[in-house]
Amino acid sequence: MPDLPKRDQKYDALIIGAGHNGLVAACYLAKAGMKVLVVEKNDWIGGAAVSRELYPGFTYSNCSYVSSLFRPEIMRDLDLPKHGLQILPYEGGAVFTETGGYLGMFRDHDANRREFARHSARDAEAYDLYSRDVQRYCRFIRPMLLRTPPDPSSFRPRDIMELLWLGKQIGALSEQQRAEMVRFWTMSISDFLDEYFESPVIKGYLAVSAIIGTALGPMSPGSAYVLLHHYMGDVDGNVGAWGFARGGMGSITKALTASLRAAGGEVRTMSPVAEILVRGGKAVGVVLDNGEEIRAARVISNMDAKRTFLKTVNEADLPAEFVASVRKFKTRGSSAKLNIALDAAPVFTALPEGAANIKGDLHFTDSIARMERGYDDWKSGHFSRDPFQDCMIPTMIDPTMVPTGKHFMSCFVQYAPPKIAGNDWTDADRDDLRDTCMNQIETYAPGFKNKVLHVEVRTPRELEAEVGLTEGNIFQGELTFDQLLFNRPVPGYAQYKSPIKDLWMCGSATHPGGGVMGAPGRNAAAEILLDAKLPGGMSDAYAVL
Amino acid sequence: MTLRFDLTPLLPTAFAARTEPLNRLMRFGPWAGYRTALCYGDTEMEYAAIRNTAMVYDLCPMTKYRITGVEAEDYLQRLTLRNVKKLPVDAVHYTAWVNDAGKVLDDGTLFRLGPQDFMICCQERHLPWLLDSAHGFDITVTDQTADLAGLSLQGPLAATILAKAGLDVAALKPFRLTRLPLGNGQVMISRTGFTGDLGYELWVTPDLALPLWDRLEQAGSVYGLRPAGNDALNLARIEAGFVIATVDFIPAHQALREDRARSPFELGLGWMVDFDKGPFTGRRALLRERETGSKWALVGLDIPGNVAAEGAILYHAKRHEVGHVTSAAWSPITKRSIAIAEISAKHAKGSDVWVEIYAERELHYAKLMLPVRVVERPFFNPARKRATPPERF
Amino acid sequence: MPTPSSEVIVIGAGPNGLACATRLAQKGAKVTLLDALPMPGGGATPREFAPGFTTTLAHLTRGIDARVAKGMDLERYGLGFQTLQTTLLGPNPVTISRGKTASQDADFARLHDRLTQFARVLAPFRAIPAPTLGKGNDWLTLARLGLGIRALGKTEFRELLRMLLTNAADVAEDDLTDQRLQGYIAFEATLGAWAGPRSPNTLILLLNHLATGPDVLAPKGGMQAVAQAMTKAAEAAGVTIRQNARVTRIVTNGDTATGVELASGEALAGKTIVSTLHPGLTLRDLVGPRVLDAGLYTRAGHIHSRGGTARLTLALKSLPNIDNLENRLIIAPSVNAVENAFNPVKYGQIPDVPVLEVFFPTSLDPRPDGLHILTANVQFAPHMPVDGLDQARAQMLENTLRVLAAHIPDLRPLILHCELLMPQDVAALYGNPGGNWHHAELAVEQMLFLRPLRDLSQYRTPIEGLWLAGAGSHPGGGITGAAGWNAALAMEGAL
Repeated sequence: MPDLPKRDQKYDALIIGAGHNGLVAACYLAKAGMKVLVVEKNDWIGGAAVSRELYPGFTYSNCSYVSSLFRPEIMRDLDLPKHGLQILPYEGGAVFTETGGYLGMFRDHDANRREFARHSARDAEAYDLYSRDVQRYCRFIRPMLLRTPPDPSSFRPRDIMELLWLGKQIGALSEQQRAEMVRFWTMSISDFLDEYFESPVIKGYLAVSAIIGTALGPMSPGSAYVLLHHYMGDVDGNVGAWGFARGGMGSITKALTASLRAAGGEVRTMSPVAEILVRGGKAVGVVLDNGEEIRAARVISNMDAKRTFLKTVNEADLPAEFVASVRKFKTRGSSAKLNIALDAAPVFTALPEGAANIKGDLHFTDSIARMERGYDDWKSGHFSRDPFQDCMIPTMIDPTMVPTGKHFMSCFVQYAPPKIAGNDWTDADRDDLRDTCMNQIETYAPGFKNKVLHVEVRTPRELEAEVGLTEGNIFQGELTFDQLLFNRPVPGYAQYKSPIKDLWMCGSATHPGGGVMGAPGRNAAAEILLDAKLPGGMSDAYAVL
Repeated sequence: MTLRFDLTPLLPTAFAARTEPLNRLMRFGPWAGYRTALCYGDTEMEYAAIRNTAMVYDLCPMTKYRITGVEAEDYLQRLTLRNVKKLPVDAVHYTAWVNDAGKVLDDGTLFRLGPQDFMICCQERHLPWLLDSAHGFDITVTDQTADLAGLSLQGPLAATILAKAGLDVAALKPFRLTRLPLGNGQVMISRTGFTGDLGYELWVTPDLALPLWDRLEQAGSVYGLRPAGNDALNLARIEAGFVIATVDFIPAHQALREDRARSPFELGLGWMVDFDKGPFTGRRALLRERETGSKWALVGLDIPGNVAAEGAILYHAKRHEVGHVTSAAWSPITKRSIAIAEISAKHAKGSDVWVEIYAERELHYAKLMLPVRVVERPFFNPARKRATPPERF
Repeated sequence: MPTPSSEVIVIGAGPNGLACATRLAQKGAKVTLLDALPMPGGGATPREFAPGFTTTLAHLTRGIDARVAKGMDLERYGLGFQTLQTTLLGPNPVTISRGKTASQDADFARLHDRLTQFARVLAPFRAIPAPTLGKGNDWLTLARLGLGIRALGKTEFRELLRMLLTNAADVAEDDLTDQRLQGYIAFEATLGAWAGPRSPNTLILLLNHLATGPDVLAPKGGMQAVAQAMTKAAEAAGVTIRQNARVTRIVTNGDTATGVELASGEALAGKTIVSTLHPGLTLRDLVGPRVLDAGLYTRAGHIHSRGGTARLTLALKSLPNIDNLENRLIIAPSVNAVENAFNPVKYGQIPDVPVLEVFFPTSLDPRPDGLHILTANVQFAPHMPVDGLDQARAQMLENTLRVLAAHIPDLRPLILHCELLMPQDVAALYGNPGGNWHHAELAVEQMLFLRPLRDLSQYRTPIEGLWLAGAGSHPGGGITGAAGWNAALAMEGAL
């Protein structure tokens, strides 16, 4: 059992931020017997994994919109299915081309091949080798998701053992495979796809996962790894498959909340933290905006590293070097989102009548060059004038989220910078972005705009203001190699521990990074329980056979 | 807006108008995006027709690549294992191709349709590999899968039925092909097959598929001709000792786990490798393997008793795992339990090798540990398979 | 009829070919060095770009590999260098000398120190064959080098691991406040690369420059002095050098290379063939698909070789009237200036405002006629311009001259002749497809054990007796001879 609460310490663990990672960490700690409180600044629970009624009768998943990364080990440990979580596979999808055509996606292997063959016979048959190769890299990286990264500069036995474990994983590969993997990790997705494919629209489709949420273009080296980050999830063992949480992404955090409460944990909403209290070099609790102090034996921040250490902790309590490193941690936002209530399903003229491709993700960017130009706009401080949009109509799969026959459409927009030409986003900028995106959709689905009942636009400004993501970065920090593994969030502090005793990190800014994965929360809980000498009670990562 | 229920229809083959009404059970399976019969109603009788009279089997979904051009022979020489110079026009040979590491990408039959005109017929798809290999060769590669309907006619009465249908192939030797007129076009007939018995494969343009079927059905009815599905054919092919990609070996380009890829030596296809024909892809790696030895072997097993050993694990001295069965069946014609198995090369002779079979009988499992005997493939190898002219009835 | 057998045939008399041939000859091999150009030296060979005016493709260097300089005794053949200062042109020029700005910018000095430290511990990797990911490593050496890195201390070691694959722009913007110096870091990192400074993996390119040599050097007597000294050293070692001898085919017998064929039709037999040409060209065009396995042949076609640098050469009536003429001049006013110059190149287009490295070789080595030459590396230029080569070249020249004139106002009237080589022109003249300085782009996915391809990183090829020793091999190009020397060492072990 944990140390008995001291006189003024009501809680064993206080978690800041009721996003999925905070809740995952809270659940594990509560299950291990700790008295746990999660404080949340908003009046709703869920962070970026949330579904709310933002228009009468319509439930919006207005931040994250697909689920593939959420670790099944966590769902099992925390009994999430019992608390109502259901993850369903997606089907279909299409990219519309500027010339009025489309490339459709099918779950059936051969149907997909035939469809690809309409664009290139060679590419259609190259796809198998491509997905085989990508899956090989995924298989290598997956066992690392649920492990604390070793510190390569340390000589502690634990770090050395972990490095040896890593060495063993590498040792299990052939020399050829090791080389191919390093090559893949460091390449641009554009160069990588060029080795397999010739059709611009097929390459455009396959590059998508390499740019979602990232401040890289498809021609930036390292973007191939980002693709992997989106592919290493699975839905019931189908590696790389994207799925959908029944009832919306909020179902994940709803189930987590139920699981937490069942384990005796508490969540308090509308409790923004003004400061993390540090006394004698040790975190002892938090002060809320309203001045209330809550004491706890340990504080775990699910906020990103910048928000935690630059805004919520007194800088004087931190080593200067650490603060400098946190400042260098890159959190440039690159994405925006349109959430749209529709009176009826849009009709994409390119698709054959009744084609069910509309049940999946829909894109309008039919070449890598167009994506890259969108990135050039972002670099110059403007949102993409011809943006990449990943549109999903989740109500095609789960009709219960809206009034019968109506639809909710989620449009993920890439690229949108944290600032417009160095200035904060204005409402006019936001409307400009909205119109750009809506006009793009209208081009491919005439009459679309007339069906729109309500639009919510979320630029990096809104993402920062509402969800608390610094600069609106959906991963709480960019997914480049200088910020992964033992470098995440900063070298020397990648093991969920901060320089302040009893102050921990559990958000996406820690290994293995963003996406609704839950792994950072789980790994942080594992470290905290180890430190508290409590049994973890966690499943090991499922073996990759 | 109404969405169709069927998102991804399977394609009908050129014979679908005939095969579908005949399928009493509507038991179809997907094969390379097409719908083909697994069983028309009675697998045992479909199999019996293969060994007793004859059956027709729809092989339209087989992948077919046409390779033409002045350097087609050079190209295939570099691509495949066997010596293409030894393949005369109007002949077929069974061959395989490997990657640089000498691991098998697929096996298949190579048809020489003319001096500079070839067709590869195989299970998997390889267009990128074929095109990449084509750099620097004056050839063209085209996918003809949908352009050519294939029908397999196999069984001891196959030649008799063809003759009755006005297609005289009496003079056609094994692994040779001929072309005969059919309707306004022609049918290409190769003496090839997957049953290890007398048999032919008939190739026509899709518009002639139904006339061909009807002609054979008419001619064959008195001879007990019947259509057969995959299940029956699979039994016959195990008896014939043939291997199938993704069943008995994993094509190297598909192997997610690196260690699953196999060399031709490891698949019992070492006889194909012609080291003396000049450079070909994988030659260096295979030479090395020939020197240093292979890790695996693919062997035929004769198993005591009457229980098929599907999915069984092999042990040495009943203790150490040394391999596993890839295909197995109770063979009706040889009256024994046979299997094709992958086994570590040093146990390939089969001494003190045991197979562990879990035989389900009315919801209870009998666990059997039986000694195996490594035997030559084919398990069934009748003289009628080779006789030219074939026996007439 | 094949001419009498030469034990070793080295193809390409650039610095790598000369270094490799010399080393092998010194070890007793009978070496013939074949070169397609009229004179040896490759990127350092003089070429007449206008009547009476010659230049070399490479105009500056960070120094010959120390082993090469010593092993070839280049000093004896008159090779000497002058260390250049770098001046960043602009409204307020900055001059950088040995890692310090004239204004003693402390941030810059700190960053430069740190990068120099990193480069120092990484530099030894340039002078050994790339470590492999399989067997055959010299673990003792690697352990020693690894300890050298760890000896940076915990903090710096961690920083190195973080910064190794980071982008140059972030480092410049994190650690510097002066936009000009940020632009300098961005420019220096991407010089000769096909990447903008915001591309991940670009800082390591800067570390590689610093590891090659801490300073930019001008050979005394011009770049051709390098070619001359190396040629003399090669001849002194007994190497037979043949110019105008373009190799069109590497002859094989089975799996063994047995000789070469020249454009003239002449055949030469050799037991060992060493190619310092582009590895893709060597394997795909000279060896060919009939001999190579299909997989390797295809992968050799995937070697990235995009040249992003155009080369401008001007003949001038006199030197323009600006300060610091004898320095290396850089026009790259900010990180964004460099990034924006790269953006259009991704789509095969020409940047409106290119960034430049400018040098007046005649300011150090005056011509007897008193006329002058300006040489400039112009970034970035598309390797496959969408509008066709001629139109692209004209546009590139115009944009380049506009940028130059903005910083050197009296330049235009001084121009007697001008020549701009696009990457494709460089490829046509020097035989490196794509026109990249390093043959195979120097990018992380093509470095060390991946250079030029995973199974070619030890200078060997699957063809018995055929070796690679050019810029496409580890550690890459530049006028250093390091790859050629490394290859020779690897061959000694095997021969």
